[in-house]
Amino acid sequence: MSQRHVVQVFEQYQKARMQFVQTVADLANRPQNIELLQNAGVMSLLRPLMLDVVPSIQHTAALALGRLADNSEDLAEAVVKEDILPQLAHSLALQNRFYKKAAAFVLRAVAKHSPELSQAVVACRGVDALVLCLEEFDPGVKEAAAWALGNIARHNAALSQSVVDAGAVPLLVLSLLEPEMALKRIAASTLSDISKHTPELAQTVVDTGAIAHLAQMILSPDTKLKRQVFAALTQISKHSVSLAEMVIEAEIFPAAMSCLRDPDEYVKKNVVTLMREVVKHTPELAQVIVNCGGLEAVIDYLGNCHGNVRLPGIMMLGYVAAHSESLAMAVIVSKGVPQLALCLSEESEDHIKAATVWSVGQIGHHTPEHAKAVTIANLLPKILELYMNASSSEDLQTKSKKALKSVLQKCTYLPSLEPLLYEAPSNILKHVVCQFSKVLPHDSKARRLFVTSGGLKKVQEIEAEPGSPLQEYINAINGCFPEEIVRYYSPGYSEALLERLDDYQPA
Amino acid sequence: DMAELLKIKREFEEFQKEYYYTNREADENREKENQAVTQIQSWFRGCKVRAYLSHLHKKAIIIQKIWRGFTARALSYLNVTFKLHKNFCNPTQIQRTWRGFFVRKYIHNFYARKKYMEGLVMKNELVRRELDQLEDLQKRERDCLDMVKEHTAKVYQAHRLHHLLSTKQCPGVFNSPFRPAPHEMELLLRQQVKYQAPTRLASRGKACLLGIPSSTSSSFPVTLGSPLIKTSRTYSSRPILPPIANKTQQGLYREAGEAWEQRLHCRELMLCLQTSYMHLEEAQNQLRELEPVRLRFVQEFSVRPVWIILLDWIQYIRTFIH
Repeated sequence: MSQRHVVQVFEQYQKARMQFVQTVADLANRPQNIELLQNAGVMSLLRPLMLDVVPSIQHTAALALGRLADNSEDLAEAVVKEDILPQLAHSLALQNRFYKKAAAFVLRAVAKHSPELSQAVVACRGVDALVLCLEEFDPGVKEAAAWALGNIARHNAALSQSVVDAGAVPLLVLSLLEPEMALKRIAASTLSDISKHTPELAQTVVDTGAIAHLAQMILSPDTKLKRQVFAALTQISKHSVSLAEMVIEAEIFPAAMSCLRDPDEYVKKNVVTLMREVVKHTPELAQVIVNCGGLEAVIDYLGNCHGNVRLPGIMMLGYVAAHSESLAMAVIVSKGVPQLALCLSEESEDHIKAATVWSVGQIGHHTPEHAKAVTIANLLPKILELYMNASSSEDLQTKSKKALKSVLQKCTYLPSLEPLLYEAPSNILKHVVCQFSKVLPHDSKARRLFVTSGGLKKVQEIEAEPGSPLQEYINAINGCFPEEIVRYYSPGYSEALLERLDDYQPA
Repeated sequence: DMAELLKIKREFEEFQKEYYYTNREADENREKENQAVTQIQSWFRGCKVRAYLSHLHKKAIIIQKIWRGFTARALSYLNVTFKLHKNFCNPTQIQRTWRGFFVRKYIHNFYARKKYMEGLVMKNELVRRELDQLEDLQKRERDCLDMVKEHTAKVYQAHRLHHLLSTKQCPGVFNSPFRPAPHEMELLLRQQVKYQAPTRLASRGKACLLGIPSSTSSSFPVTLGSPLIKTSRTYSSRPILPPIANKTQQGLYREAGEAWEQRLHCRELMLCLQTSYMHLEEAQNQLRELEPVRLRFVQEFSVRPVWIILLDWIQYIRTFIH
């Protein structure tokens, strides 16, 4: 009798604990409850429950703790301060898979907020425990461990190095081959987080043969997986030429362009980012991508999407054109310049405009042919306007000025230069007038056009200090025309004539 | 004799004198003649040699002519091809010419670049068309899958709502009399089989509850291969009952109730046979009863041999036995 009574007391207590833990876990799901829970001192209550005898209470307590730490950084710091982490790391090796999942969730939630917290996780040997979890059979445990490692490695290179030192990378590559989609996604995202910091880390990832497996998954139907795969390939290829070449050797390129028509815009953005990172290194790599028709695909992509996601596409065109003038001509031939003009007019963000202006400058600065293609699209007045606009950011102004200068120095297409005569400030005007002075002495039709369109008049009105380059150019231009015409168009000529009339005595 | 001797002596003396005179003449002329002969001979030799020399001369001229033509032509060819004038003799000029040629042909080849640009445009167009096609295909697949999903959801819905089918007496919810035609749900409901409890089929999942008759599945271009639907061929284990609606019968059959009524009221007429099948035997028996016995017996016991009478008697007893 009394035995049953005693046992009943314990059962009641256990039920009460279970209910408490489950309720806290449910409440922790909603962010508005977090502060209330924190004020109620939930952390100190949950901590002994994690050492409870009953396994289900243990892992529900861990789950609750994880949710709390996930939603608030203070609680995560509290988790670290209360020394719960060594306990978790230790028991990760021992317990059943539900507990492992919940404990990995806690580690992930703690590590995601800041590098210091991740460092705390590393310090209590959490990384080794997580790598042990990666060897489990259960895919849920593997996924939770991989996610936690990804969160740790995300912050900086030292943390990534500690993850790699624990031997996580081969296990992650193995989990890429598992059939579960969620596990593949997480493994790909963790690999991308690891390899994004330094070339050595990326090299470590590549050495385990990750590229081949990632390349196989490019054509999978799952959208999120494709996002992560392309992000991983981008992070690998961005560091050096040899890594980019290895990514290209995996022959992803004609196939990856089919993903540029995916309905999901982040997949498309990641593909274009990958193309940009590859193209950035050498002209040969750029040539490879141009040869498989990559320019066309990117230009279509720019036409179809709007907003911030256009940025990688624009930069890709700029990088391709920057390498050599034949590649820049390839960009022009694939109708890149009208598309860039559209982007410039449609986008309102300064950094996108700055990137567009930079790309246009890269395309136009090679030869007069290129400069002509740029000016025909009526881009120069727009860039000038951006340069003059006081509300443009510093970056945008600097880039516009550089682009204008570089294009103007090669521009020989005079009809498009004339509008610039009227609006440009003096430092730009100098280049415009210089171009006129180079072309006018040789082309008589252009001279005629120059006079009839009022350009000569405008040139006369320009005030320049004698001896400055601007004055020299003006003199050179004036030298192309007969004296009378120059005098006719000089300002104040009508007044001078009238004065002569005043002094004139009819004979 | 002596005259002859004298003659001979005289002749001999004359001959001696002649000889002497001719010799003296010859001697006198010898030098002159010798000189003359030498002159003639030397002049002739000179002619011969001159002729020989001029012959040689002419031939030498021909040879030299040919040789000089040959060398001159070779030299002028060299001149023309390599512009062998003072500007070309120096190595710098050679190097310059070579470098210009090499660069224009191999490094900055204008025609190759032009061809490359044209090829690039074509390739771009090709890539764009292929990508468009691919996108189309993917979109159509996705649309198809969506449609299939929608349809299976509707069919499942109809299956659960089979009880809302309209009856003859009372039109169902989806068959309002104010509508020009029944709602599609009504049509789906009509195609459904009666709902069966899902206990036995729960293991096969939702798929088996889809009573998709073959008519609707043929309207889809795509076979239902999505993971949701295991093939509807597993459904063929449950036969579809035919509809209850009356079919017109062939021929002049009467209604079931008619025949029963007639049987009740006119029993005799119902019998297809007018006479029973035992009629002949009964008639014979009746006749036998009606005829007088004696006549028969007499007839039987007329003058006949005894053994025939015995046979008759045995036969007669047999009738009583049977």
